[in-house]
Amino acid sequence: MDIIREAWEWLLAVEQYQGPGSIPQRVGEHLYFTVVSMAWASLVAVPLGYFIGHTGKGGGWLVGLTGSARALPSFGLILLLVLVLGVSNREAAAVIALVVLAIPPVLAGAYSGVQQIPRSVIDAARAQGMTELQILLRVELPLSLPLLLSGFRQAVLQVVATATLVAYVGLGGLGYEIIQGIPLRRFDQTFGTALVIVVLALVLDAALAWATKVATPRGVRVSTIGDVRARESLVQPAEVPAPSVMLGTK
Amino acid sequence: MDWVLSNQALILSLTLDHMRLAAIPIIAGFVFSVPLGWLSVRLPRLGAGLLAGVGLLYTIPSLALFMVLPPILGISILSEANVVIALSIYAVAIMARTAADAFSSIQPSTLRSATAVGFAEWGRFISVELPLAGPVLLAGIRVVAVSTVSLVTVGVLVGVPSLGYFFTDGFQRRIVPEILTGLVMTMLVALIFDQILLRAGRLVMPWTRVSLGRATAVI
Repeated sequence: MDIIREAWEWLLAVEQYQGPGSIPQRVGEHLYFTVVSMAWASLVAVPLGYFIGHTGKGGGWLVGLTGSARALPSFGLILLLVLVLGVSNREAAAVIALVVLAIPPVLAGAYSGVQQIPRSVIDAARAQGMTELQILLRVELPLSLPLLLSGFRQAVLQVVATATLVAYVGLGGLGYEIIQGIPLRRFDQTFGTALVIVVLALVLDAALAWATKVATPRGVRVSTIGDVRARESLVQPAEVPAPSVMLGTK
Repeated sequence: MDWVLSNQALILSLTLDHMRLAAIPIIAGFVFSVPLGWLSVRLPRLGAGLLAGVGLLYTIPSLALFMVLPPILGISILSEANVVIALSIYAVAIMARTAADAFSSIQPSTLRSATAVGFAEWGRFISVELPLAGPVLLAGIRVVAVSTVSLVTVGVLVGVPSLGYFFTDGFQRRIVPEILTGLVMTMLVALIFDQILLRAGRLVMPWTRVSLGRATAVI
């Protein structure tokens, strides 16, 4: 277990926290890629998901896309895009690959969030005299938020994991110490960095789990909101029971 | 196309390596998750904690897990066992929740009827619970298969050759067709595994043929 002690010492060494390539700087680079990619992915996927969920058009196409996107190895996609777009555009290439990775879960979350709202709720809103825009903003948006956020959470999880690989094309991030450390057999460094990545992933996941919980509107209890992984198959209504939404009893 | 034609032997051998590396975690994921899922339905309190713990493992990025596992298990970072065990952990992390969903979706009245007509514990599991949970289990293992096949490629960074070799080698030598070959072959392996699972599912669950046919569009 020497390696664990060495990794711990590496983590505590003061060099890790100052100058270029310090752990805080790597965390910053890692978060930069995560935030930028998630912003672009949300910009594309959220309106599209709401549109598909609201109109009910293109749901089948969406299910196929989310399934086959999972088969695309993002590591290969990053390297391919860097070669095709040129090394000087490697940052854009990496972001595009991460956006491609993040879109399907966010899209599925937005779509299934709107889709699971009972038809009667929307009809009731319309019967009250709400316009289509009001229905979207005051009924569909709050009721779909928990599922949208759990799709978002799933996407963040995958983007954080894949952002460790952008170091391979010289873009830094926490993966750098690992990818550079393996050939040098600096296993204290690789193990220590891996621990930082694990903590980062767990903290982000916990924060988003909390946000999902807070975003659930009062009076609406979604019974199976517990775990994002259960969401993966949510877009297959025939296979997995949809979460039962219970409106507060009067 | 020239690159593909002159490297057929390498493509074939790495594809077979890739299939072997992916197959073990998929099988392990199924074998470990079914009892785990069943148990978590039987003992809900223990099960909730167990599922949350297993699920947490999925948040660990693969490259980090490849680094953390070897010192804990006492194996080499560069060994095939490292990649296979890490991917098995992910497979269980994804699959355990689905397995729990599969078993919990069985109607309690069905289980009571089965007991009433004389099924003992083990017989009821084999003849009643497993067949009823089957379609959801199949959907889950298909998700596991596709994501495992894609994750195997990252193993090349710890020196375990798979189709991911075409990514790093193609990148260093600036051969776009080589990376493309890696991408296409990885997706092809995923498709083949998915079809195998689908067909195996139809074979062992002939009564689901109609609904599974519809589900082919899913992946």
